[in-house]
Amino acid sequence: MSVSASVSDSSAKEGAAPAQPEAAPEISFRVTPDSYRHWRVEVDGEVATVILGVDQDGGLVPGYELKMNSYDLGVDIELYDIVQRLRFEHPEVKSVVMTSALERMFCAGANIRMLAQSSHAWKVNFCKFTNETRNGIEDATTSSGQTWIAALNGTAAGGGYELALACDQIILIDDGSSAVSLPEVPLLGVLPGTGGLTRVVDKRHVRKDRADIFATKSEGFRGATAVEWGLADFTVPRAGFAEEIARRAHEAAATSSRPSDAQGIALTPLDRKASGDSITYPHVTATIDRDSRLAEITVHAPVDAPPVDGAAIHAQGADYWPLAVTRALDDLILHLRTNEQEIGTWLIRAQGDADAVLAYDAQLTELADNWLVNEIRHYYKRTLKRLDVTSRSIVAVIEPDTCFAGLLLELALAADRQYILEGVYQDVDPDATPATIVLSESNFGAWPMSNGLSRIASRFWGHDEDVTAAKARTGERLDAAAATELGLVTLALDDIDFADELRIVLEERAALSPDALTGMEANHRFVGPETMETKIFGRLSAWQNWIFIRPNASGPDGALRRFGTGRKGDYNMQRV
Amino acid sequence: MSTDARTGPAPSPTGPLSTIDYNERIPNNVDLAADRRLQRALEGWQPKFLDWWKQLGPSLPTKDVYLRTAIAVGRDGWAHFAHVPMEEYRWGIFLADRDPDRKIAFGKHKGEPAWQEVPGEYRAELQRLIVVQGDTEPASVEQQRILGSTAPSLYDLRNLFQVNVEEGRHLWAMVYLLHAYFGREGREEAEQLLKRNSGDPDSPRILGAFNEETTDWLQFFMFTYFTDRDGKYQLGTLKESGFDPLARTCEFMLKEEAHHMFVGTTGVQRVVERTAELMKEHDTEDIWQYGGIPLPVIQKYLNFQYSVSMDLFGSERSTNAGNYYSSGLKGRWQETRRKDDHELLGAERTMNVVEDGLIVQKSVPLLSALNLDLRDEYVADCANGVRRWNQALEDAGLEQRLFLPHEGFHRAVGVYADHHVSPEGEVVDDATWEARKGDWLPSDEDRRAVAALMVPEYEPGKFAGWIAPPQAGINEQPVEFDYVHLAEEALA
Repeated sequence: MSVSASVSDSSAKEGAAPAQPEAAPEISFRVTPDSYRHWRVEVDGEVATVILGVDQDGGLVPGYELKMNSYDLGVDIELYDIVQRLRFEHPEVKSVVMTSALERMFCAGANIRMLAQSSHAWKVNFCKFTNETRNGIEDATTSSGQTWIAALNGTAAGGGYELALACDQIILIDDGSSAVSLPEVPLLGVLPGTGGLTRVVDKRHVRKDRADIFATKSEGFRGATAVEWGLADFTVPRAGFAEEIARRAHEAAATSSRPSDAQGIALTPLDRKASGDSITYPHVTATIDRDSRLAEITVHAPVDAPPVDGAAIHAQGADYWPLAVTRALDDLILHLRTNEQEIGTWLIRAQGDADAVLAYDAQLTELADNWLVNEIRHYYKRTLKRLDVTSRSIVAVIEPDTCFAGLLLELALAADRQYILEGVYQDVDPDATPATIVLSESNFGAWPMSNGLSRIASRFWGHDEDVTAAKARTGERLDAAAATELGLVTLALDDIDFADELRIVLEERAALSPDALTGMEANHRFVGPETMETKIFGRLSAWQNWIFIRPNASGPDGALRRFGTGRKGDYNMQRV
Repeated sequence: MSTDARTGPAPSPTGPLSTIDYNERIPNNVDLAADRRLQRALEGWQPKFLDWWKQLGPSLPTKDVYLRTAIAVGRDGWAHFAHVPMEEYRWGIFLADRDPDRKIAFGKHKGEPAWQEVPGEYRAELQRLIVVQGDTEPASVEQQRILGSTAPSLYDLRNLFQVNVEEGRHLWAMVYLLHAYFGREGREEAEQLLKRNSGDPDSPRILGAFNEETTDWLQFFMFTYFTDRDGKYQLGTLKESGFDPLARTCEFMLKEEAHHMFVGTTGVQRVVERTAELMKEHDTEDIWQYGGIPLPVIQKYLNFQYSVSMDLFGSERSTNAGNYYSSGLKGRWQETRRKDDHELLGAERTMNVVEDGLIVQKSVPLLSALNLDLRDEYVADCANGVRRWNQALEDAGLEQRLFLPHEGFHRAVGVYADHHVSPEGEVVDDATWEARKGDWLPSDEDRRAVAALMVPEYEPGKFAGWIAPPQAGINEQPVEFDYVHLAEEALA
C-alpha cells in the first residue's frame, strides 16, 4: 500500500487521476493457531491466558514496524481467531486473561504509521473489524460464560486500552509508571476508534468531565487515579500481580455456566474454493459480476435432517449445517468487505428445502442450553450483525425454491430491500412451487441486532401491531401476497416484470454515490434504542470516519500524516 | 581547585554571581519567599525527600563529608567546600541567571521570546521530559548506596558522596519545576519520583539502565563516565529548551554534572594506571594474583556500561524527539552554535541499519533521527576519555589499548535491538553470540573477582591496591586529607 494513495493527496491535484495503490494483497481472514505471529495462547484448565507479543516485522503490508505491541489488521485477525477458537474448541475455558509478553508495555494501540499510510477505506475497514472483534470479546463474557480479564502488566495506550475496555475487568499493574491512556485526540488529532470514548462513559460509567480530561491527556493515568476514576478496576503491585490475576480468573470461572467436562470441537480449515469470480463453500456460493459491481450470494439449505441430539451435533462439529453456513458467511462477508470494495451491491438468495432449514431452526431453539448450540446461535447472531454494519447495499431476492425460513429469513430481513417473485417463472419451470417465506419463533428474539431488537421489531419500529400480526403467522408458508400484506417484503412482482424491475433497481443503485448510500443505509438499518454497539458503529465510527478524511488529520499537514516526521499537525482552527 | 597534570583540572566555575539565600529552609535563588504557595508545597515535599535519603541514600554511616555546596550560581559561589553531615546538606533550588532577552533558538517557535510559563499546548510533553530526567537523578543514588562499604579510599568515598548529594540536588531541581509550573499533577509526579526505586520489582525506575545494580567501584567509575555522560547530554538538550526555567535549571545542573564526569574519567584512569603498573612489573596480563584488575576485564566493563548507556538515548528514529524539537521543547547539543536553519524541515542524514546480516546506511529525515544526532555527539565525547586512558597505557610502554565497542554492540533499544553485533561491528548469529559473549561482557566470575578486590580503605591517604592514587586532592587539599569522617558504627 503506498503512502500517496491516501485521500488527501488526490483531492489536491485537480484533474490528475488519484494515485492508485499498488495492487493490494488479498487479505485472508483464515488463520490457524500454528501460524500465529503475534499471540500466544496458554490453556490451563478453566483459565486461558492470551499473550500479546507482536512481531515487529510481521506487518500485513510493508512500510511500518509494529513496535511496542502496536497492531495492524493482521494482529487483529489472529485475535479474532483466538476469540472464536476459545469459544468453540475450549468449552472448559471459563475465563480468559489477556496480557502482554513485553515488559512494562501492554499494548500501544493501532500502529500509527500503518494508519497514516493507509487509504481511507482501509482505515475504516480496519476499525470496523477491530470493533467487531472487541464486541465479540464482550459477547464471550456475556453470552458464553467466558469472562475476559485484562491484565495490564504495562501501559495500555489508545487501542491498547480499548482492548482492555472490551474485557470484563481491567487490572492495572501499580509500578509507578504504567498507565492507561487514550492519546488519540491530543497526539493524533483523531478519535480512539475502537469504542474507547463510548465504553469509558457507557460501560465504565466514568463521569463525562473526567472522561474529557482523560481523553485529552496524552499520558493518561496510573494505577490509583485510574481506579478512582473507574478507568480500571484494580491496581496491584508487581509482586502480587500474577497471583491476583490468577485469583480473579478463578473467581470469574467459578460463576461460569460452561461445562467442565465437555470436549471442544475443532474449527477445521474452511472448505473454500475460489476460482475466477466465484467463491464456493459447501453451503454458500458467491459470484461476482464486476461490470454490474454486484455480488450474488446464495445460501443453500441442508440436504440431511438434523442430527438426533446434542451428542450427534457435537460429532458433526464444524460440519453441522448451521455452523458451516455461519462460518462460510462470516468469511465471505469479511472477504468481500475487505478485498472487493467496488462490489457495491450484494444480492442474497436462499435455495433449497425450507422444511429442512426449519428443522435445524427448531433444533437450535430446542437445544439452546447445550453449550455448543449456544455458541452456534451467538456466532450466527454476530455474523448477522456483521452483515448489518456492512457498507454495501443488500437486496434479498426471493424466488421459487427459496428457503428464507427461520434463521435464514434473517438474511432477507437484514437486507435493505426484499423482492419476491409472485408465482413462478413460466418460461423456466411452470410447475415450480411459488416462493414462500416462513417465520419461526427464532425470528422474534434469537438474533438481536446491535440495537437489541429483532430484525422484525426493527422493521416494524413504532408498529407493534405489525409485529403481533406477523408473529400470529409463525410457521405458515407466506406467499408473495401474504408476505406483502404483512409488510415482510418490499415488492412482489410477477415474472413479466420481475427480472426487469430488479435489473433497473440494481442499475439505479449502482449509479448512486457510494458514500451517500453507506450513510443512508446505516441510518435506516438501525432504528429505535441506542446501545453501546450502535453508538460505536453509528456515532463513534461516523465521526471518526469524518475526522479521518479531514485535512486536520489526513491532509499533508494533518496530525496523522505528520506523525513520525517529528512535527505536529497544523490545524485549521475553524470549528465545523 | 584541584589540578591534575594527567587529566587536566577539575572543571572551573564560570558566570556571574547570584546570591543564594541560605537563611531559608530551602536554599534557593528563585525568590521562593515571595511565593508562599510554592514554598508551602516544597516544604511539604522536603521531609519526604529526607526520608527517602535516609532510607535509600548512602548506607555507610558518616559523621560528615568534605562536600562542595553551591551558595551562589556564579563563579565563586557554586563551589564552596566544607565538612558537613550529609543529611544536613543544603539541597536547594538554583537556576542559572535569567537572560531577559532570551529567544527560542529552534523549531517552529524560533525567534519568539522564551516561555516563562508552561504553554498549555506543551504541558504534557514538558512534564514528561522533566519526569523522565528527574527519575534518573535519585535512581543512581539508590544504585550506589552500598558502595561506601567498599571504598578504595576516603578520597574516593568523598567523591562518591559528592556525586550522590548532587544527584539528590538535581532531583530537587526537577521537583521544583514540577511544583512551580505543573500544578497538582506536577506535585503528584514529584511524589512518584520518590516512590519508584531502582531495581524495585514492584515499582522500578523508568529507564532500564537505572535499574541495573552497581556492583563494584569499577562499575561506579564506568557509570559516572558513561551513564552520567548521557545525563550531561540530555541536560545539554534541555538547556536549549524554549521553556526558560527548564533551560536555566539544566544549565546550572550541567556545571555540577561536570564533576561527575571528572570522577569517572579519573577513576577509570587510575584503575588503568594501576593495572598498567602491575602488568609492567610482572610482565603479564593476568594480574588478578597481584591484586589488580586485568585490562580485558576493564574492557568488558567498558563494553557493558557503554552499551547500556547508548540505550538511554532511545531509538535512533523517534517521533517524540522530533516533536520535542519542532515544538521548541528540547534542542540539539550546542544548538545555538550550529550553522543551519534550526528548523530542519526537509533535512536528511544517514544512519546505520541492519539488513540481511549486514550493517548498511540509509538516509532518513534528520528530524526523525535527533536521538541519533545527540548520541553521535556523546560517542565522540566518550572517545576522548578512552584516548586519555590509552595514553596511560602508552606511557607505561604497553601495547594493549582500550576501545569503544561498535554502536551496535549489546543493544536492547533501536535498530540493533534484534541483532547481535560484536564489539568490532560484525553482525553475528545467536550461536556465535552465545559462544563469545563471555569474552565481551563481564561474566559473573569477572564480577566476583572484581568484588573480591573491593575491600574498604578508610585510612586517610591510603588507597586500595587495585587503583592508583590521584596526583592532587580536592579543592587544593592534599590527597591524604581527611575527606570523610566516618561514624563510630562504620568503623566497628
